[in-house]
Amino acid sequence: MDDLYREVIIEHYKNPSHRGKLDPHDISFADNNPLCGDHIQIDLRLDADGFVADARFDGHGCAISQASADLLVESIIGKSLEEVKKLNKESVLELLGIDLGPVRLKCALLSLKVLKAGVYGLGEASDELVE
Amino acid sequence: MKLNLSEIRKDFPILERETRAGVRLIYLDSTATSQKPLSVITAMDDFYRRSNANIHRGVHTLAEESTALYEGAREKIAKFINAASARQIIYTRNTTESINLVAYSWARANLKQGDLVILTEMEHHSNLVPWHMLQAERGIELEFIPVTEDGLLDLEMYKTLLSRRPKLVSFTHMSNVLGTINPASEIIRLAHEAGAIVMVDGAQSVPHFAVDVQSLDADFYAFSAHKMCGPTGIGALYGKAALLESMPPFLGGGDMIKEVKLRSFRPNTLPHKFEAGTPAIAEAIGFGAAVDYLSGIGMDNIAAHEHEITEYALERLEEIPGVKLFGPSADKKGGVAAFTLEGVHPHDVAQILDRDGIAVRAGHHCAQPLHEKFGIQATSRASFYMYNTKDEVDLLVNGIYKVKKMFG
Repeated sequence: MDDLYREVIIEHYKNPSHRGKLDPHDISFADNNPLCGDHIQIDLRLDADGFVADARFDGHGCAISQASADLLVESIIGKSLEEVKKLNKESVLELLGIDLGPVRLKCALLSLKVLKAGVYGLGEASDELVE
Repeated sequence: MKLNLSEIRKDFPILERETRAGVRLIYLDSTATSQKPLSVITAMDDFYRRSNANIHRGVHTLAEESTALYEGAREKIAKFINAASARQIIYTRNTTESINLVAYSWARANLKQGDLVILTEMEHHSNLVPWHMLQAERGIELEFIPVTEDGLLDLEMYKTLLSRRPKLVSFTHMSNVLGTINPASEIIRLAHEAGAIVMVDGAQSVPHFAVDVQSLDADFYAFSAHKMCGPTGIGALYGKAALLESMPPFLGGGDMIKEVKLRSFRPNTLPHKFEAGTPAIAEAIGFGAAVDYLSGIGMDNIAAHEHEITEYALERLEEIPGVKLFGPSADKKGGVAAFTLEGVHPHDVAQILDRDGIAVRAGHHCAQPLHEKFGIQATSRASFYMYNTKDEVDLLVNGIYKVKKMFG
């Protein structure tokens, strides 16, 4: 609990390294967390072999949602789409280095839902994507 | 009369708990749901231990007892809001269901394409979505009384809208975000002069100050038990008798009928016409006990205490650099303080306050359009009831300073 606002999270919230948009991009997807109105958009650019060449996130929300988006986007650069598809809840919690209750878990997982919905080419970022 | 806070706090067992070892609960979320006094908990517990049976039609002792308790609670609730008769109190699940009852029964029988319904920009989703649904189904028109920068309804605009002869005006007596107490008497009088029926969302008003549905001349008045020291799962719709009589039933089933044939039915009389199926009996009894509890303290005393706390809270919160408060000044509002803190998301504010046991709500509080109006996604909201103290306000303020330090 006291780790919830670890320095790394506050740092990524205040000074994100991968905030922004990519134009042109190969994949782009956005969605909201209806609970608190968090909004995340993720843009990916792929290289010739289908690996993530660059990635950015944009949006607004709480420290947990924004820091997890920044950490997630940072972590997928250089990965194949197959590897991205394998990411799950544990991958995000590992990046954050904290444990979360059910309410804040939704904030933390919004970016992964958006990322996977984009990679799978789905219309909606559903909860099943991050189970 | 000044409230004896230490005595009142003893009535609420939950206020003694710690949220973590050594951290006492500071409950500042009564606008979402209030805590329950022991008398309410006991009333429901006693019912299940002693009297539990289904109501109406049973002739055995327990059925008689449970029916008397269930209907007795209705009498208390009627008296509490000064309804002329208990048969004008329809039990529902909550304010939302009360509003939906009017939208499904009265509105579908009386509104047609092009008919105008006036709402306000400060409505809770529960007084927006039922009308959106009716708009999609019927093609009714919706207009909204604007909210001014200081969180009040723009009554001049309201008068202009009334010239379009609305069929219904439905508005909140007290905003769950801004805390604004709207001038209900005036809004209702003007609506009646324009020939409209009026429904009032009283989810935040009935718990916090004396409401007299007859002197207000409200046609419908909706409220929930759980925000006024009662249990969840039960609420009420008050309606003028002639209106309720004229309305078709809402849900069909047992208890709402006088007679059923294989191919037809005759509806029951009020209030049973609108109460299909076995209702929330224990909860209704708890609702009655809640009304007894509030009456025992006195609504004017509760309102005066909350005013004092709110005035103090607004003053203290205003001092904090980076805090922006929403809503009118303390003299025009109830015990709600919605605010933003510069550079920190409201969820983070709420989460960090929770470390000190302070329970505030963060989000759009089911009033997304209102937040959009003010150009924000969310606010943190502290709200107060008769059991809150100035010390708790001080702890809230200290907590916000901690948040600032953390994100500084």
